[in-house]
Order: sequence, then C-alpha cells, then structure tokens
Amino acid sequence: MELRRKLEILADAAKYDASCASSGTEKRDSRKGGIGSTEGMGICHAYAPDGRCISLLKVLLTNACVFDCAYCINRASSNVPRARFTVQELVDLTLHFYRRNYIEGLFLSSGIIRSPDYTMEQIVEVARQLREEHGFQGYIHLKTIPDAAPELLATAGRYADRLSINVELPQEQSLKALAPEKDAPGIRRAMARMRERIDAAKEAKREERRAAAPRFAPAGQSTQMIIGADAADDRAVLGTTANLYASYGLRRVYYSAYSPIPDASSLLPPQAPPLVREHRLYQADWLLRFYGFELEEILAGGEGGMLDPGIDPKLAWALKHRERFPVDVNRAPREMLLRVPGLGAKTVDRLLSARRHRSIRSDDLARLRLPLAKLLPFLVTADHRPRGGLLDRSDLRRIIAPQTGFAALAKPQQLALL
Amino acid sequence: MSDGIGILLPGPADFGAWRQQARRLLAAEVPPEHVEWRVAGELPGLFGGGAPPPATAAPATASVPRAFLELAEIAIRHRGRERFALLYRLLWRLTHGENGLMQMATDPDVLRLHAMAKAVRRDAHKLHAFLRFRCVETDDGPRYVAWFEPEHHILEAETGFFLRRFAGLRWSILTPEASAHWDGESLRMGAGGTRAEAPPEDAHEELWRAYYRSIFNPARLKPAAMRAEMPVKYWKNLPEAREIPRLMAEAPRRVAEMVERGATPPAPRRQSSLHVPAQPIAASDVAEGMPADLFSQTEDRPAALAALKAELARRNDLPPWTGAATQMVFGEGPPGAPLLFVGEQPGDEEDIAGRPFVGPAGRLFDRAAVEAGIDRPATYVTNAVKHFKFKPTGRRRLHQSPDAGDIAYYRPFLKREIEIVAPQLVVSLGATALRALTGKPLAITKVRGELIETPDGLRVFPTVHPSYLLRLPDPESKEREYARFVADLKAAKREVS
Repeated sequence: MELRRKLEILADAAKYDASCASSGTEKRDSRKGGIGSTEGMGICHAYAPDGRCISLLKVLLTNACVFDCAYCINRASSNVPRARFTVQELVDLTLHFYRRNYIEGLFLSSGIIRSPDYTMEQIVEVARQLREEHGFQGYIHLKTIPDAAPELLATAGRYADRLSINVELPQEQSLKALAPEKDAPGIRRAMARMRERIDAAKEAKREERRAAAPRFAPAGQSTQMIIGADAADDRAVLGTTANLYASYGLRRVYYSAYSPIPDASSLLPPQAPPLVREHRLYQADWLLRFYGFELEEILAGGEGGMLDPGIDPKLAWALKHRERFPVDVNRAPREMLLRVPGLGAKTVDRLLSARRHRSIRSDDLARLRLPLAKLLPFLVTADHRPRGGLLDRSDLRRIIAPQTGFAALAKPQQLALL
Repeated sequence: MSDGIGILLPGPADFGAWRQQARRLLAAEVPPEHVEWRVAGELPGLFGGGAPPPATAAPATASVPRAFLELAEIAIRHRGRERFALLYRLLWRLTHGENGLMQMATDPDVLRLHAMAKAVRRDAHKLHAFLRFRCVETDDGPRYVAWFEPEHHILEAETGFFLRRFAGLRWSILTPEASAHWDGESLRMGAGGTRAEAPPEDAHEELWRAYYRSIFNPARLKPAAMRAEMPVKYWKNLPEAREIPRLMAEAPRRVAEMVERGATPPAPRRQSSLHVPAQPIAASDVAEGMPADLFSQTEDRPAALAALKAELARRNDLPPWTGAATQMVFGEGPPGAPLLFVGEQPGDEEDIAGRPFVGPAGRLFDRAAVEAGIDRPATYVTNAVKHFKFKPTGRRRLHQSPDAGDIAYYRPFLKREIEIVAPQLVVSLGATALRALTGKPLAITKVRGELIETPDGLRVFPTVHPSYLLRLPDPESKEREYARFVADLKAAKREVS
C-alpha cells in the first residue's frame, strides 16, 4: 500500500484520541547532536477545522485490532480498511515532518495485534530508534497497553515524555458491556505502576541520584474518557476524574465526546457528539484542579447529577449560592475571589497584587478587559455595589448569561442529527 | 517645543542601545515628554529630530524591578512606534517616586507594557508554530528554507529557538525585514527578502496535507475555534491551509453519510478474548459463600493463603467504595511466622504497590521492629480491611476510617488468614485491628500491652498503630511515643520466645 494511503487510514484511526499535548516535559535541545528540542511549553503547529490543535504526528502503528470495543472505529468487527506502518516508515515520517517544522513529535498508539507484548514491543521500537539512532530530542507520547509486560513499560518510559492508558468509559460496568476484552482493574493497576515509576524518577532527579531510578516519562501520564457512549451522568464522570487525579497523579484527564464513526456499532445510536457537555466537563475539571471546588459543590450547580449545559459550572454554582455574594474585591481572600464568576486564577493574582497598593475600582476591572456584565452582580469594588435586590432577582441568570455561543448551541446542536 | 531631545536608535529592537540612551537621559533628568525616539531610517516627528542628547552626562545607574527589565526587553520588539517612549516613561516613573508601579496591574502604562509584551510573545509563538521549512538540495546537501511574515521585530531574538531545535540542519528564515541563516556552525543575520526567494513547494507537503485532512473530525466542526488560534492572515504561508475550505464544505455531508449508513451489528467474535474473565460467584454471606475447601485442613499453607487471596479477589459483593481502590492488598510473610501483625487498611502507597506496610507508617513500623529485635522478614503482616478507603481531594487521597460494616465484611477473611499462618501471637495495631480481632470496640488506651484472649482462642497483644506516631505534632511526644511503641514490640517478642 502506498505510504500516503497508510497515513490517511492510520491518522483517521487515531483522531478519536483527544490529547495532542506536547507540554510539561524536561528541557532538551540538539546543540550537542541529534535533532529537536522541547522547552516546556507545548506548540500547536496547526489547527484543523474541528478547532483542535495539531501538535504531534498522531497515528496508529496499525488499526488492526483483536479487541471489539463497540465505541471504537478500529474494533475487530468494523469494516474499515486496515493498514500497518513499518517501524522504519514511522521513524522516517516523524523525522521528515519534524525537520519541516510541522510537528513537535510523535503520539503513537496501536490496535492490539497478536499479543499485548508484541504490540508494545513494536511501539517501543519506534521510540527507541528515534531516540537512539537519530538522537531525536522532540516530544514522544506513547499509548501503553495495560497487559504488556512490566519491562516493556519501563523501556517505554525511558524513551517517552508522556505515557497514557485510556480508561475509555467512566464506569466499570459500561466498559464490561461495550469493551468486553478490556479490564478496568487491570487499567488501574497499570496506572498505579506508572505512577510508581514516575514518582521514583522524579524523586531521584530531585535528589540528584540520577543513577538510582532511570528516566521515566517526565511529562507524566494522562488518560481519556469517552463521553456520551454510555449512560453515565456527569456525577459518575467527574467522580472517576477526581479519583484518577488523586490516585495516579495524572497530568490531564481528557474528555472525548463520542462522535459518529464510519461503520459504527449498532450498540451505540448515531448522534451528534455532545460537544457542549464535553466543554462543561472540561470547565468542571478546571474548577476541581485549580479553583478549590469540591465535586459535590460543582454538581450542586446543576440538576440530578448533570451539569447545567447552558452556563459555565462556576456561574451555575454562584447562582445557587447567592448568599455568599457580593464579594469585596478589595478585601476577600483568594479562595473566595476564585469563586466569583468571570474571575480567572491569573486575574485574581493580579488583583491581589494591585490591591496592596490602592483600592480597586470598576474601571480598573474594565481595563483588565474582564466580563463586567457577568462580574459586577457578584462583586463590590471601591466605587460599585450591586444594585439592591439584583442578587435576589429570579431572572438574574437571563440578565448575565444571554443565549449566545455555547449557551445557545446547548440543545439544538445535540438534536440536529437525531 | 525647541527643548525636545531627539534620540536615534540603530535598530528597531535594539534593547541595549535604548537602555544606554535611557540611562544618559535619566542622568540628565530629562523628563519623558521632552524626548522623541526614532529608529535609523524613520522620518523625524514632532520635534523635527530634536536636539542631540546631553553628551556630558555619565549614564545613570538606577535600580529598577527585574520584572520591568524582563518585560521591556520583550516589549521593545513591538512594532508600535510609541514603545520607546512608553518604556522611558515607565522607567522615569519607577525612578521618580513610584517604585511599586509594576505591581499596579491596572495602571494604563503598565497595562500597555504587558499588552505589548504579550503581543510580541504571541507573535514569537506563532513563528515557532507556523513557520514551514521547505527542503532544497544544494551542492553541500539539503538546506531548509522558510518564508514568514512576523508582525513585530522578532526574528533576531527568536533565532535561538530554531538553533536549539535544528542545530544539525542548515537553514534560512526569510522575512520582509530581515533574514537569518544557519550553516551548521554559525548564524548570520541578513537583509529582508521576498516570498519568491523561498522554494515554492516541498515533496513532503502532500503527505502533510494528507495527514491534516485525515486527522480532522468532520463531526466536530468548530471553525471559529480554529480561526481564533490560527488566524486567517497566517494561512497563505501554511501548505495545509488550502485544504480548509473543502474540509469545511464537505463536513456536513460526510457526517450525514456516516449517520445514514447506519450501524453494523457486533459481529460474531473473530478472535478469542485475551483475558480470562473472573468467574462470578453468588453473593452471599462471606463465610458461607466461601468454598468449603478453603476451610479444609491443609499442609500446604502457601497454597491455602493463595486460595484465600484468590477468593477475596473474585468476590462480587465487596463494599461499593472498593471500586475506587487500585487493588486488593493481601497479607505478606511466611506462613508459620511466630508473630503476626494486623494493621488497619492499606494506605495510598500500599494501594499503588499492592503490598502491605510499605507506606510511611509501614516504614516506621519496620524501623521500630528492627529496634525491638524482631526478625522482620520472619514476621507476617496484614490488615483488617484489605482495600484502601479514601476520599479524593485534589492530588491526594484522604484516608477514611473503615466503619463497622467494612470491618465485619473482611473479618472472616482475616480470621482464616490467621488460622492458616497460625502464629504464636497476634499483635493488633490500632483500634480497627483490635475490633476486627475481638469483635468489640475497645479503647486502645485501656488495653494496650495487655494480652487478650479472644473467644476464638487467639492470643492478641494490642498496641497503637504506627500512623498514630506520625500524626503527633511535636518532636518530644513523637520520641516518647516511639520509645513506648518499641517497648510494646519488645514485650510482644518476649511472649513468643
């Protein structure tokens, strides 16, 4: 098969993995040989019309697979055309693209062929050749196969910047139903093994005992959950998320709205991907990690275990906790400012620094280009106090969250294809 | 305005020259509104060129916040003509009574400085991202040439990025204002160029376009998000951008086709499962639900322990919270060990490693055991509850004490585990272990160090859990309680020797 055709099949097969991050690894460059560099910040070399960043050459080694996961384009029973790269083809393609500055590196995954160990060996061999034979200093993300031998995992971590295993679905029973060959406890154990090695490598680096633990995935591990393929509600999704962050030190949990695939399984109804839900889950994920929100608080903003699709989860929480507002921008502690709708973590820090010198007025907020309409009902400044009764109005939501953008898309978009 | 002073800078982003001039102006106490800044080649403005700067003054050495210098060095690459004046005005204010100015995030000058630096950084980031090399074969081998149109004066400052990344290649970057050339050994800055000087095509661009087309998901069309990050002005120099109109136009049809085509029923299995699924067993009372042969007398104690472990692993009536744990953590040690220690439950590190007593409390226990003269590898350690019960909080897991129901659930397993190991003495660490062994909630403080005989005829020696020692706030009580713990372990050891 012609190389271009292979690339088309194997990129098409890889696009349902949302991650394309190339950030958070160690600094490297090629001044002492080889090719490539990583400088901490990820770079998106292009954007596709789906709005997603293209940072890495994201492909599968092969889309042939012995598993039959209902949600997956590559499942054994799907009728998509199959292809397989040779190790050499992948190494060359990565280098050709990298030299022309198309990509930051490689994100390699694969269908399971022959056995987990055999598949993992092939994946690792691509990374090994890039690193050892070509001195490749760019970014490498490898998908790891939970059942592969621990030695293979160790080798993968030596060459990769990031490793990931997808939990695939938020609930163990859905995985049993839709991905009969996948094993949720096995996935958790594999994540635990990765955390052990990542922690040990970090510890050794901190203590300069470089000989003690070999390099292991300096950009950590991540995972992905498919949203909307099973009946799990947002409570189940975010509960799993909270658990994964706390247990395995994941850098990121990615949410991937289940979208129609060529030759879908009849176990899943064809429908437009729940993009709004996906977006709200990312916002909630941020609140969990950077804004000091507890899971139950975030869920309290919605109804019946689902987030409010029409407004962001922080605004939803604030509208249901109006007794906590208004907050004085000149006096409130950081934790409380972080809970004001429309104030991000960076802005809060700038305000804290500025208010040490003089009190903050409403035009200061305007100069920082903050969304005043959203902000001012919840905030007291040196020259502003929300109009009496505004916070008690039942139509406050309509006043500050007009039906635009995502809010307007929330329902029609999901129904468009039904 | 005859008293205006004109400063001529040699280049559009020459921070060193600006700095030198600014220090001299500062020494001569020239206020910002009296200075006109100009780059060589630009037309003079308001002051008609102005008077030359005061030559006699030695440059001032003012100390200014590092944050200002860092931002100024970046902002000076901005194409806005007012940048030099803005920087000098900020410098003037910083040295004339406003030394905290940089923390005033809402001051208009500070905001402008931040905005300029941000625009320059963004431009640099887009250069790193959207520059595309085209390879040409020359007599000396391949050479990689790119054409890029930056918005600000960033090329020289950003050559370092390409040098670090492509030190082993030979490359040229051409822009309308300047060019940079790396021959593998040294960098040369040159004059600006035109797009026509760069190669028109590269053989790999068709592959790259194929990748771009294929990685796009037509079911998620979000063109506004794409344009926000990859503004249209960059498209003309991006080989893949020519695909965008067609991809967008065809997307709705492609999705409709996918939906119309309908779904394929799951095919009969072509391959056999790689996993041997766990055999489900009926949920029932644990002791009754255990297969009878688990309780039969056996000489092969390791096999009996393995069978018990396997039995617990395949239970499907575990307390629901165990679903969040990574794995069951079973006891460890030689069957027949004279001393068997029972802790509460695995913690974070035990859950990750799948082994008991390997976390902070376990390490403290090991130390105390060795100090008490206990042969640690010859002892058996286990927990009353065999999964980690926790509440996730950010990046940590907060230990949750097992409740009476949890303890009761695992109790038959613990009893059987002890039966198989058949130690001379069981040492219970903490309240949970003691409750699991005696079936009663007893206060450790009252029974600590007293040998208890349980209704099942087990000899139990109660002491505290080592995690209690870790939680003590002050070093003195820590030391005192640690010594007491070691003394307890010694007492326990005397009971078996």
